[in-house]
Amino acid sequence: MLNLRKLSYMKAKWVFIGISLVITLAGLISMGVRGLNYGLDFQSGTRIDISFGHQMNTADIRNALVGIGHGDAKVQVVGTDKHEVIIVTRSLSTEDRRTMQAGLEAKLGKFDVLAMDDVGPEFSKELVNTTLLAVAVASIGMLIYMTIRFEYRFATAGIIALLHDALILTGVFSLIGKEINIPFVAALLTMLGYSINDTIVVYDRIRENLKKCKKGEGLEELVDRSIGEVIWRSIGTSLTTLLAIAAVYVFGGPTTKDFALALLIGITSGTYSSIFIASPIWVLWRNADERKKLQAKTAAKGKAATPTATAGKPSAGGGKKASAKSAKAAKSTAK
Amino acid sequence: MGLSQRSLVYLLIFLVVVAGTAGYFTKVNPVLGKVRLGLDLQGGMEVVIDAVDTPDHPVTAEDMTKLTKVINNRINGLGVTEPTIYQSGSKRLIVQLPGVKDYEQALDVIGRTAFLEFYDQENFVKLQNNDPTAKPVLTGDDLKKADAVIRSTGENAVTLDFKPEGAKKFAAATTANVGKPIYILLDKQVIQAPNVEEAITSGQAQISPYQTYGEAQNIAVMLNAGAIPVKISVGRPTVVSAALGRDSLAKSKTAGLIGAAAVVAFMVLFYLGSGAVASFALALYAGLTLLTLVAMHATLTLHGIAGFILSVGMAVDANIITYERIKDELRLGRTLRSAIDTGYNNAMRTIVDSNVTTLIAGAVLFFYGTGTIRGFAVTLCIGVLMSMFTAVVLSRFLIRNMVNAGLIKTPRWFFGAWGGSTHA
Repeated sequence: MLNLRKLSYMKAKWVFIGISLVITLAGLISMGVRGLNYGLDFQSGTRIDISFGHQMNTADIRNALVGIGHGDAKVQVVGTDKHEVIIVTRSLSTEDRRTMQAGLEAKLGKFDVLAMDDVGPEFSKELVNTTLLAVAVASIGMLIYMTIRFEYRFATAGIIALLHDALILTGVFSLIGKEINIPFVAALLTMLGYSINDTIVVYDRIRENLKKCKKGEGLEELVDRSIGEVIWRSIGTSLTTLLAIAAVYVFGGPTTKDFALALLIGITSGTYSSIFIASPIWVLWRNADERKKLQAKTAAKGKAATPTATAGKPSAGGGKKASAKSAKAAKSTAK
Repeated sequence: MGLSQRSLVYLLIFLVVVAGTAGYFTKVNPVLGKVRLGLDLQGGMEVVIDAVDTPDHPVTAEDMTKLTKVINNRINGLGVTEPTIYQSGSKRLIVQLPGVKDYEQALDVIGRTAFLEFYDQENFVKLQNNDPTAKPVLTGDDLKKADAVIRSTGENAVTLDFKPEGAKKFAAATTANVGKPIYILLDKQVIQAPNVEEAITSGQAQISPYQTYGEAQNIAVMLNAGAIPVKISVGRPTVVSAALGRDSLAKSKTAGLIGAAAVVAFMVLFYLGSGAVASFALALYAGLTLLTLVAMHATLTLHGIAGFILSVGMAVDANIITYERIKDELRLGRTLRSAIDTGYNNAMRTIVDSNVTTLIAGAVLFFYGTGTIRGFAVTLCIGVLMSMFTAVVLSRFLIRNMVNAGLIKTPRWFFGAWGGSTHA
C-alpha cells in the first residue's frame, strides 16, 4: 500500500506547481474572456422566484416576458419537477414589478411567489464597497497574523498559497459560470481562514523539525518528512469538512448549493496548496537564499565561485524517480 | 478508592450529567423549538429604510428614533406577531416582518413616504398650478407632536403642538389668514384643510370637530408620521414565502444529519475507539453550540445552518490533530498514558493557533455582513470556539479517565482501519 508518510513530495514539486498554474491560468483566461457572473448583490436587479404548480418551459416564459417588455430578463426553470421559475430583471420599482407580475399572470396563469428580491443600483454599489472593504480587512488581518507568526519566507510563501486558493476558486466559478454573490465572498473568506490553518500546521511541523534536524538530512527530505508527519491530519480534517459540506451541497436545497460548492472547491484547494504549493515555494526560496549565501561566502574567501551540487540544487526534473538517490546525496548540506 | 475506580466514577458522573442535560433540553424544556429562525427559514419580508439627508437638514440620531417610532406604528397594523426594527449604521433601519402574508400591502404601508406640509391658500393655489414659487408656510419639521383628544364639550379634536420656530411661523400664517383655510398636505396630498378662526400665537392649535375619535386618531398618526423631518427611501425588499422557508429548513436538517453521520462514520473507521470518543465529543459540541445560540438569542439563518454543518466538519479537526500527535508519540515508543499527555499538550498550541484565522474571517463577516451572512459568521465563530472546548477539554477528560479506569489498554485503540500502519 502507498505509504503517504514516506513519499518524496518535493521531488514532484514542479508537477504540483504546474497543475496549479494550469488551473489558475485557465481561470484567469476565463475571467478575462467570459468575465464573472455577478449575482444580484453586486449587479442590481430584481429577482422573483415563482412556482406555477405544473411543469414549465423556458421558451414560453421568455415569450411572455418579451410580450410585456421584459425581453432582457434572465429566465431559469429549476427544481426536479420544473415547477419553479426564477426570473431576473433589471432593478424594478414596486409598481413596475407588480405590473410585470400581473402581465405574466395574464399570459401564463396563476403562480405563487416563493421569493422576491430587489437590489437597486445604489444598494449594489454599497454592497460591492462593503464587500471589498471586508475582503481587504480580513486579508490584512490574516497577513498580519501570518507575519507575526512566521519569519518572512514562511509568511510570504503562505500568502502566495492563499492567493492561489482565491484565484482558483474565483477562476473555477468563472469557468462554470456560477454566480459571484455575497455568500460566495463569505465562502471565500472562510476557506482562506481554513487554508491558513492548514498551512500553519504544515509550517509548524517544518519549523519544529528544523530545530531538531536529523544528521545528513537535506532540506527537501526534511520537508518531505514533515509533510509525511502531518499528511494524515490534513487528509482527515479535509475529508471530514468536505463530507459535512458535501451533505449541504447534495441535500441542502438550492439556496445554499453554490455556497457549498464554493466551500468544497475552496477547501480542496486550500488543503492542496498548503502541502503542494506553500511548502515547495518555501523550499525553493530558502534554497535560493542558501545558494546566494554560499556564493557570497566563497567569493569572500577569494576563491573562484564554484556553485556545486552541495548548495542544495533543487532538482528541476519534475518528479523523476531516477534522480532520487543522487538528489538525496547532493542535498546533504542544505539546511 | 484507587485511581481506576475514581476515574470510573468520574466517567459515570459525567455521563449522568450529560444524559440529564440532554434529557432536560429535549423533553422537559425542548430547546430546539426556541431557536430563533431567520426570515429565510420561516418566511417573511425584510426591507431597508434609509433616511436621506437634505441640504438644510442632515439626519440626526433623534430623527432616527422618531422614524423608528413611526415605522413601528405603521407595521403594528399589519398583524405580524414579532416584527423587528433595528438600526444599522447611523441612517438606516432594517425592518423584518416574519410570517407576513401580504407583503405587497406591507411594502405599501412601510413605503408610504410621509412629508408633511402646511400651505396657506395663496401658496396652495400656486401649488395646484405647478408654480415653482409655491412655498409651504410650515413643514413637519416645525411640528412637535399631534394628539387626538376629546374636548370637554365632547367633541373629537386633534391638538397640534409646535416647536418654538414653528409656533412663530404658525402665528404669522394664522394671523394673515383668518377666515381662510390652511391646507395640510401629506406627500402633496391634502389630508385636511381646516379654516382659521383666529390668529393662533401660543404654539398650540386644535382642529375640530371629527365625526369619531378614531378619525381624529388617524389624522394625529398621519401628522406625527409627517413629523419625520427627513425623507426616507425604502429599498432592497427581500421576500421569502413560508413554504420556501419550511422547505429550506427541512432540507438543511437532512443535510446536517447526513453530514454529521458521515463525519462520525469516518472518525470511527479511521480512529476506532478514539474516533468514537471524538464522535461523542462532537455530539456534545453540537448540543452546546445550539444551547449557546439560544442563550445568545442568535438568529439561525440558512447560511447559518450551513456554517454550523461546516463547523461540525472542522470541529473534529482538533481531535484529529490530537490523535495524530498521540500516534506520533506512541511511535516514538512512549507508554500510552504519557503519549496521551504529551500528545494533548503538543496539539493544544496548534489547535488554538490554527483557529485564530477562521475567527478573523468570522469576525470580519460579522461586522460587514448583513442578514443571512451575519448568521453564518455567528455560527461559525461559536462553532470554532466550542469545538476547541469540546475537543481539548472534554475529550481529553474522557480519554484520560478511560485510560485510568483501564477501559483503554492498548495503543491499537488509537489506530483505525486505515489510519497509517500501527508501527512506523
